[in-house]
Amino acid sequence: MGKTLFEKIWDKHIVKTIDDGPSVLYIDKHLIHEVTSPQAFAGIEKRGLQIFRPQQVVATADHNVPTLDQHLPIKEQLSRLQVDTLIKNCANHNIELYGLGHPYQGIVHVIGPELGITQPGMTIVCGDSHTSTHGAFGSIAFGIGTSEVEMVFATQCLLQTKPKQMRINVEGELRDGVLSKDIVLYIVSKISASGATGYAVEYAGSTIRNLSMEARMTVCNMSIEMGARCGLIAPDETTFQYVHGRTFAPEGVDWIKSLQYWETLFSDDDAKFDAEITINAADIEPMITYGTNPGMGIGVNGLVPLGQSIDEKDRPSFVKAMEYMGIAPGTAIKGQKVDYVFIGSCTNSRIEDLRLVADFVKGKRKADDVEVWIVPGSKQVEQQAIEEGIDKVFEEAGFQLRQPGCSACLGMNEDKIPAGKYCISTSNRNFEGRQGAGARTLLASPLTAAAAAITGRVTDVSEMLAVHN
Amino acid sequence: MSKNKINIIHSTFVPLNIENVDTDQIIPARFLKGTTRDGFGKNLFRDWRYENDDETKPKPDFVLNQSKYKGQILVAGKNFGCGSSREHAAWAILDAGFTAVVSSFFADIFKNNALNNGVLPITVSENFLDKIFAEGTESTITISLPEQTITIDSTGEQQRFDINSYKKECLLNGYDDIDYLLNIKPEIEAYEESVKY
Repeated sequence: MGKTLFEKIWDKHIVKTIDDGPSVLYIDKHLIHEVTSPQAFAGIEKRGLQIFRPQQVVATADHNVPTLDQHLPIKEQLSRLQVDTLIKNCANHNIELYGLGHPYQGIVHVIGPELGITQPGMTIVCGDSHTSTHGAFGSIAFGIGTSEVEMVFATQCLLQTKPKQMRINVEGELRDGVLSKDIVLYIVSKISASGATGYAVEYAGSTIRNLSMEARMTVCNMSIEMGARCGLIAPDETTFQYVHGRTFAPEGVDWIKSLQYWETLFSDDDAKFDAEITINAADIEPMITYGTNPGMGIGVNGLVPLGQSIDEKDRPSFVKAMEYMGIAPGTAIKGQKVDYVFIGSCTNSRIEDLRLVADFVKGKRKADDVEVWIVPGSKQVEQQAIEEGIDKVFEEAGFQLRQPGCSACLGMNEDKIPAGKYCISTSNRNFEGRQGAGARTLLASPLTAAAAAITGRVTDVSEMLAVHN
Repeated sequence: MSKNKINIIHSTFVPLNIENVDTDQIIPARFLKGTTRDGFGKNLFRDWRYENDDETKPKPDFVLNQSKYKGQILVAGKNFGCGSSREHAAWAILDAGFTAVVSSFFADIFKNNALNNGVLPITVSENFLDKIFAEGTESTITISLPEQTITIDSTGEQQRFDINSYKKECLLNGYDDIDYLLNIKPEIEAYEESVKY
């Protein structure tokens, strides 16, 4: 019987399998950041161990860093301690660190791909659930806890049970104004925030094939929001062209050998999936979430569900979410007032996202009562935006272009949304308090967020594009 | 390195009848700034526990603020622990005195993190979960790891739960995965040689 893409990579990385237990999975690349690594470093030091393969570990500071005045010492004492601890730990253990001030610094899931560290066929882990992003290259990439970070430090391996296999096919042409973020929000809204728990999800179909690498990363990034262990897309010419020539991409003979392996990475025709879903791209409109988990999403022209339409068992959670959001069941989401717009995070902070937003807002001005933060995913994205004059477009629109980091996606630094305020956000989670205690998050694509920045309300960006054209 | 051993847990329980409890609720991101594993318990469910982030204003309705609810077992609605990979969620639960979490469905990463910290995640049927929630505050539950059973003591109703035999041995004996992986290092090196990294 044939193998799935996942199984081909998985099988190649198994050191051994324990009877009635997990497998020992070898990890090619281990990405670390300041929040989930300090206890793991302390752990191996306590055991008197060295990092087993330090050259396979790459570090950056992203979760806690300020997005203004990065040249100054970090004001918040605990954040500074975590970042300083990372610097000290990397120096003590010979780990490459792209920290604040380094031209490669940025969100861990943005810099891995842009530096060519992320490559097809690899196993990649990081103490961060959005590690699934790297699966866009046809790699097995997943988030791990700190005890597991310690395991990889000590042995470059993890004990893992093989997940079930799911394939989600998206077929056909996308409508105007619909981005890959809308595809993934649509999928999560259909299968729920736990619909893929226990699965590795392969995204396939003509719509996915036609996406750029950056758009594919957005889809894979949110695999965890449907509960999946990881998400992946078979590498193809788009992938190879993206990787080729990047800082840490293979060169010369190594490139040719790598390519030979990468070209074998696809699900065989007779591979068996435990679950398979097919989605028609034409059914997807610009999406927005109205509730407190990413599965609570609707088309921007849709109505928030009524309590009666929710399964009786799920109703108390639904009512709680609606009370938190201050949104009435059964009402239209279009026209909902927005106070903040956040365009950033490992989901949507890459150069293509910034270009799309800049093209759209050029010559427009933000609504007076909306604050707009654009947070690039990395120093390289920031630099590119400046070179292309995108920074000027944002300035004229009244958008604030900040410095790279995770920022208001999770509000670990100063970038918090005040209690009760509505933020339309290109990030990945609308959990209660995610963007600050009491903050109300509406997840959307960069274009839908940009449209809301201009009108001050939840808006159907496709209507604005139609006028535009 | 040895962890807490688990064998039989016999305790009252704290009912948290909410679905999709995500790790941002278990411990909000702003409390992840520690560099050790200790002290996260006091911020467990922080924003559900206190008004306006003020420790002097506990929300009276929240279960952890009600003295009638106590015990080593947290019982929660389906899809517990979804969201981020922060192990701080498991540390906070352990630090607050829980050694088992019972739900009808767990998110993957949380489940691993819990197991790696000697907190037993026990999956039961939705029907069984409802029966636990229907029990009174003095009611006790008995969890037997060797037998892989969970029992509502007042009614004697029992369910079996799944755990792979490797992990079960680890928890019974307080072993962790690193002990295992360090012991097979020659095999890991042989693997590396075979694929020429």
